[in-house]
Parts: sequence; structure tokens; C-alpha cells
Amino acid sequence: MSKIIFNDVHKSFDGGLQVLNGVSLSINEEESHIILGQSGCGKSVLLKCLLGIIKIDSGEILVDKISINDEKHSKEYLKKFSILFQGNALFDSMTIIENVIFGANQINKNKSECRKIAEEKLLAVGLERRVFDSYPAEISGGMQKRAALARAIAIEPEILLFDEPTSGLDPITGGVICNLLKDTLKSLKVTALTITHDIKVAEFLSDRVSVLNKGNIVWTGHTQDMETCGNEFVENFHRASNAISNKQR
Amino acid sequence: MFRPLATLGKYTLATLNEIGKVSVFAVHGIKNCFIPPFYFKEILHQIMVVGFYSLPIVGLTAVFAGMVLALQTYVGFTRFNAEGAVASVVVISITRELGPVFAGLMVAGRVSSSIAAEIGSMRVSEQIDALLTLRVDPFKFLVAPRIIAGVLMVPFLVLIADIIGVMGGFLVSTTLLDFSTGSYISQTIQNMMAIDVISGLVKAATFGLAVSIFGCFHGFYSDLGARGVGNATTSAVVSSCIGILVLNYLLTALFFGT
Repeated sequence: MSKIIFNDVHKSFDGGLQVLNGVSLSINEEESHIILGQSGCGKSVLLKCLLGIIKIDSGEILVDKISINDEKHSKEYLKKFSILFQGNALFDSMTIIENVIFGANQINKNKSECRKIAEEKLLAVGLERRVFDSYPAEISGGMQKRAALARAIAIEPEILLFDEPTSGLDPITGGVICNLLKDTLKSLKVTALTITHDIKVAEFLSDRVSVLNKGNIVWTGHTQDMETCGNEFVENFHRASNAISNKQR
Repeated sequence: MFRPLATLGKYTLATLNEIGKVSVFAVHGIKNCFIPPFYFKEILHQIMVVGFYSLPIVGLTAVFAGMVLALQTYVGFTRFNAEGAVASVVVISITRELGPVFAGLMVAGRVSSSIAAEIGSMRVSEQIDALLTLRVDPFKFLVAPRIIAGVLMVPFLVLIADIIGVMGGFLVSTTLLDFSTGSYISQTIQNMMAIDVISGLVKAATFGLAVSIFGCFHGFYSDLGARGVGNATTSAVVSSCIGILVLNYLLTALFFGT
């Protein structure tokens, strides 16, 4: 059953720059779906459109059959999501645990229970107690990513969105975070939509992959089929990504 | 031939558009000050930032304003043998004009810039988007506490500035200008009217509102990147200062205009 449906979504910005040009896509319940594409192809815009942060020009986005344009059910619509931002977006005036409590507090008004939930989630993502009272600027990028994930899952979402989850991390920490995301998705049984340009992340996390090019989904399928899918852009993208990985080795 | 007219029209429309945006933002921000949920911890924090931490600079400005005013008034009024009116001029000028305007301008420089920079950085680092995804209205969490703090704390700062400014005038008059302590104090009390202080406090609350709204507005709509945040900070200070001067004239005309 489809959890998220993008139906002919268009978005352009001032100056006529067409970023999304009729995106249509269906993501199933409990599926881990990846959107791959080059930098600047509109991946982040698509994610922000899904969250309603950016308003679409035309088309429709449905989540559990609730339309993003349905203002009556906008709260119900938004409640389904949680996102792990590319730059983590932790509130830098709050400590790590306060960040997670702040998230948990939006679904549970009991302070002591929120603290308990926050500690539980922070431990679940592998953070030690000694960093709970640190500020985001005082801990490493990998730890910040874990803390942001803890905050994201503390609000018990039905859909988790990951925006370039390994960007800015070294390959080892990136690998650890990927494992953590996979374990989180497995344990929570939620629908996940990840946007990335890293094909290795896609191979590791995805059930299915969609490739976005020039504001349109040009191919959807499994990562192992990318090389021989018949779409020139997708095949080139796969080849170029692998060439970089092989060179790095 | 029509090019200058077209340019003028373009700038007029852009200015009107900006005024419209600020007005809508202000109405939305003020409305959210009265609608729960209220983030009391954030409100208290902003009260400290706007009020307590601005005290030293506002106090310093007020004391020197009072001292200079006493000196200049004395020098000017000696020409008309009216030096006895120094105490009255100092107290009326400080409570009606200098206290509120100087305190407002200092808060504009210190607080409006910091609000714009903080909210602008939150915009750049996607923290405002994060608030939305955590189902928190950024107007309630970021804008309303700053408006409440501005409206409550700038009058408090002005009250302190009034006292310190008058004390500055008193200090110069009694130590350098040979005024007797008793007559200076009695003249000050005799000539200070409730409307002088009240009009100053009303002005202060309005300036507090303007400073917080301009700071929040420019931060909220800051362009991305370091330059964007820098521009937002500059715009916040400039528009707050201009706003204070324009509002000061309008409120003076309202209170004391014939």
C-alpha cells in the first residue's frame, strides 16, 4: 500500500528556475526509498515540498491519502514526519538532552517522562551519558548526527526523512551512521525517504531507488539494476559513482 | 524620458511591499503573544537578554546625556539669565525625550542586531525548519518571546535611564555649576509631571515592540550564507533606529501636539 504519493509535482522559483518538473512517485508503507541525484537537481526541494516548508506550484502530494493542500488536516499530515537534516539542525542554545527533550515534549507533556524518553533514545543511538549535557558545538559531527537522529525518533514518526545523512562525515563515521540508520529503520518499522548523491548509501539503505534528474524522476528500481537499466543518465551516474569509489580504494 | 519615473515607481512599489510584509509579520507576531502555548523559559531568557544585559550600556548613555544636557543648558541659559531653569529642563528633556530615545537606540544597536543574527543563523542552519518538523510554531517559540521581552523590558530600562540621567544632571549641576543640592532636587520634583514619565514609558514600550519586530523580521527572512545574515543584521539595526525616530515624532505629536 502506498504511504507517500507525489503526483505531477511542479515547483519553480523567482526568475523562472524550474526545479521540480512533474515529479510522480509512489513510496510504499515501511519501505526504505532513496532518491538519488546530482547536486542541485532538486532533491532537497522535493523533501521540503513534502514537509510543506516549500509550497508546490501544482500537482499533489498525498500521505496516507491526506493531501498536503488539505489545510483542515495539516496538523495530522505533519505529525507523520520527522527529519534528520543534512546539517543536523540541533538547537545550539540547548544541550544535547534538552534538544531531544524538546522533541519528545511535543508528543508528551510530562517532563519526567520526556527526560526518560530522551535518555532512552540517546542511549539507543549510541551516545554516552557524558555528552548529554554538552552543547552541540562541543561534540563531533558524528555525535551531532546521532543526537539529531535521537531527536527525530523521539517524536515517534510514521515517516523518517534523511537529508544526505552521511554528508560531512569521514567514511568510517559515515559507515557507522548508515548502520545506525538501518538498525533504526528495522526496529521502528517506519517508512523512510532518504535523499543522497552517494550510491553506496543507496545500496546499503534502500529497498528501492528513484533517480532525479532535471526536476523529474527518470528511473525507479533496485540499485543492482541501475547499471543495465537502459537509461543513459542513470547508467552514467552509476558508472561515475563506482569509478570514484574504485579510485578511492 | 520615462525611465526615471519607472525607477521611482519600482522603488516605491518595493518599499510598499516591504512595509506590507513587516506589517503582516508584526500582526502575526503580536497575535501569537496572546495564544498558547507560551514558552516561559524562552520568555525569561529574552527578558534577561533585552533587559538585564542592556542595563550597563543604557545606564552609561543616560548618565552622560544628563551631564551634557546640564552643562549645555547652563551655558545657553546664562545668556538669558535663566540658568535657574537647568533642573527643570534636564528632568523634562530626560523623561520625555532623551531617556526613551537614547535607551531605544542603544537597545536597537545591541538587541535588534543580536536577534537578527541569531534568527538568521537559525534560518541558515535549518533550525527554523527543524522547529516546524517538531510541530513547533516558530512565531510562538522565536518571535513572541522576543516581542514580550521588548515591550516589557524597554520601559524598565527607560525608567532606570530616567533616574540615572537626572542624577547625571544633578551631579554636574551641584559639583561644577554651583547649584545647591536642596534647590536642585526641589526644582526637579516640582517640575516633573506624571505625563512626562508616562509618555516616556509609552514611547519605550513602542520602541521595544519596533526593535523586536524589526530584529525578528530581518532574521526570519535573512538570505542564506554569512553575507545574508550580515545584511539582515545591518538592516535590523537601520530599520529599528529609523523606526524609533519616526515613532518618537508621532508619539510626541500625539501626547504634546496642540
